[in-house]
Amino acid sequence: MSFNTKVHIDDGVVTIRLTGELDSRSAPTLNEVIVEATEKPVRRLVLLAEDLTYLSSAGLRCLVFAHQKLGRGVDIVLVGATPEVAETIRLTGFDRSLVMQDLAER
Amino acid sequence: MSRSPERLDAFPTHRIAGFGVRAGRPLPFGASRVPGGVNFSVYSAGATRMTLVLFRRGEDEPLAELDFPPEFVVGAVYSMTVFGLDAETVEYGYRADGPFDPDRGHRFDRRQVLLDPYATLVHGRDSWGGQRRPLRSGVALDDFDWEDDRQLRLPSEDLVIYEAHVRGFTRHPSSNVDQPGTFAGLVDKIPYLKSLGVNAIELMPVFEYDELDNERVDPNTGKPLHNYWGYSTIGFFAPKAGLAATGRLGMQADEFKNMVKQLHRAGIEVILDVVFNHTAEGNERGPTLSFRGLDNSVYYMLTPDGYYYNFSGTGNTLNCNHPIVRGFVLDCLRHWASQFHVDGFRFDLAAILARAPDGAPIPNPPLLESLAADPVLRDCKLIAEAWDAGGLYQVGSFPNYHRFSEWNGKFRDTVRRFVKGDAGVAGELATRLLGSPDLYRGRAPTASVNFVTAHDGFTLRDLVSYNGKHNEANGEGNRDGDNDNNSWNCGVEGDTDDKHVLALRDRQVRNLLLLLLTSHGIPMLVAGDEFGRTQRGNNNAYCQDNELSWVDWSLAETNAGLLRFTRAAIAFRRAHPALRRPWHLRGHQGDGLFPEVSWHGERAWTPDWSPGQRLLAALLYCHGPEGHDCVYLAANAHWDGRELELPALPDGMRWHLFADTAQPDGHDVHQPGEEPPIAGDRVRVEPRSTVVLVARQTESRSERE
Repeated sequence: MSFNTKVHIDDGVVTIRLTGELDSRSAPTLNEVIVEATEKPVRRLVLLAEDLTYLSSAGLRCLVFAHQKLGRGVDIVLVGATPEVAETIRLTGFDRSLVMQDLAER
Repeated sequence: MSRSPERLDAFPTHRIAGFGVRAGRPLPFGASRVPGGVNFSVYSAGATRMTLVLFRRGEDEPLAELDFPPEFVVGAVYSMTVFGLDAETVEYGYRADGPFDPDRGHRFDRRQVLLDPYATLVHGRDSWGGQRRPLRSGVALDDFDWEDDRQLRLPSEDLVIYEAHVRGFTRHPSSNVDQPGTFAGLVDKIPYLKSLGVNAIELMPVFEYDELDNERVDPNTGKPLHNYWGYSTIGFFAPKAGLAATGRLGMQADEFKNMVKQLHRAGIEVILDVVFNHTAEGNERGPTLSFRGLDNSVYYMLTPDGYYYNFSGTGNTLNCNHPIVRGFVLDCLRHWASQFHVDGFRFDLAAILARAPDGAPIPNPPLLESLAADPVLRDCKLIAEAWDAGGLYQVGSFPNYHRFSEWNGKFRDTVRRFVKGDAGVAGELATRLLGSPDLYRGRAPTASVNFVTAHDGFTLRDLVSYNGKHNEANGEGNRDGDNDNNSWNCGVEGDTDDKHVLALRDRQVRNLLLLLLTSHGIPMLVAGDEFGRTQRGNNNAYCQDNELSWVDWSLAETNAGLLRFTRAAIAFRRAHPALRRPWHLRGHQGDGLFPEVSWHGERAWTPDWSPGQRLLAALLYCHGPEGHDCVYLAANAHWDGRELELPALPDGMRWHLFADTAQPDGHDVHQPGEEPPIAGDRVRVEPRSTVVLVARQTESRSERE
């Protein structure tokens, strides 16, 4: 499934909806979207991940990249990740650097 | 509009098998990501032709085969940059053409797709015991988010090492972790390790190995046995995928790195048990996986007629002091120190690393000198298992360059023999207690890694429960494993419900633990020994991937008293600098209350070193910034109890009881700092028991009176 993003910016809150597979082919796309969306000051980055079907090592790097680009003061929230995607993030330890939310918590 | 490449080196000069390529960079060896592609570099002095074989991830048939043109070869190194490759989804290998001429050491076989010796990932055994796919090399990403992590650099004298098998540590159903048997599972147990008080974990092999390469079956059950321990490496730069919950996603390197990061945050160092004495290729009947097909006569020690020397006991011996292999070992350890932040290495059968290509021991082995002086490895602990299966025994004489510590097998044997009750051992025990200055004079006590048990041999519980080994389940007719165990079953072989026997075993275990944790040097415990793990008398459980060898966490409740005792003994060691000296005793009194060590007997200051003696009483003392530290230890291995006069303390100080292994559970140990005072100036040491006292200032006038 091809990868797509949809960006919404509102008062410093950047929301990106992720669809499809986030792997080494699609990771550069997301990186560019993140760079563009964060050219202005950002308070919070929200990634809507309910339609993200797969996260590879390179995909994980996008989240690390966003984390490093935004600095430690800015929350990154990953909403609605599938159990598989959430588990991958947890096992490699990146869950400690972002906030994972269930859909119900929105 | 087409964009021109920003860099010339990101522009292909050739097309081979449909791929844009250019002459690569010979160094570093292996596959590394470069702008626009992947650089492949492999060494072979004897090959006549080399081919890079590319696969799509998970497919058995090649995607392409790319011969290296002559202009891509520098010296004996074949290198090529391939553009447009996705490093994450490509797998690769090499075909090396050359003579098959075993008499001259050559065993090239072009039919085989070889693993890259420098592969940072190995695919094909992606989850433990899973599907058997062809072994292929892969490319790990190296941009893990370490945050501010670095090696901990704990002082060696403060270390308490805990030896564990990644899978065995959490594979048992009782482990209660989300991902049993993995690096992620180990992360879940970090709070336990912290509460135990250990500050270094030594992991049994984690480099990629094939757990399925054991052909034996359990004669009782008929079930296939595994190569569970993994002392049989196939990928020296690659963390084993089957030990990672994310191995099926190819993310084992990330999972491993996260484990190191979390252990470091808890103040725990990571030491890897590394196996450079041999490889998984075995002898001439073994598989051709990598080295044999690339440059057999360089990588292995060969007899003049081309057969394999076998100083490792496993078929082949890596030719560690060959200049090429030296570079390989050094590159490998630098990789683990820099890319994975590990804090040290324990070298399996390290005496082989001191042998020349013809097998003769060399006094100044260049490999060991290189490791000792390496700038990247400067802060790494280096620990040698200073013997090999070819009979070279170098405990106390390992070429150490003031850098290598040694597994002190003599400590193990002496402590076992003393506690078992052998006569004539007390004198040698005194030497072992002080960090074995007879073996390591001129070096620090930390040259001695003290242990009573290790993965190889009986568990601590089995050491006091079996006179002989019981290895039938290994399928070798009980011929494998060590016969020289210095063990004693306390009267009954194996399981019993005899309360007296069980009580004696409990006491013996505590005696062994106390001697280990009060000795100078670096103590090492084995996972599960702190709560009585048993292998039912099997002293060589290398192939037992089952409940026989996995840590059974329910024992932490069953034997809660022993766990409490071990925790307290570790905490006591941490609290007392007199037990953790960074230098050997200098033999003078200085300006303190006592000499640094003094020996005692039934009368204070009067030790009895006669051959039949089974008592050792020592006063260890140091005077530091935190005041006087006096620890009195009396170990009685005799079947009669003794009444000992204590060395007199100055006014205002009094002896307090830390541990007495003769006391029942719950009374055998006190929390460091809360030891109750003892009455009078004598102490009773019961049969086969150990007493540890500490001198403290009396807290009030009334207590003093």
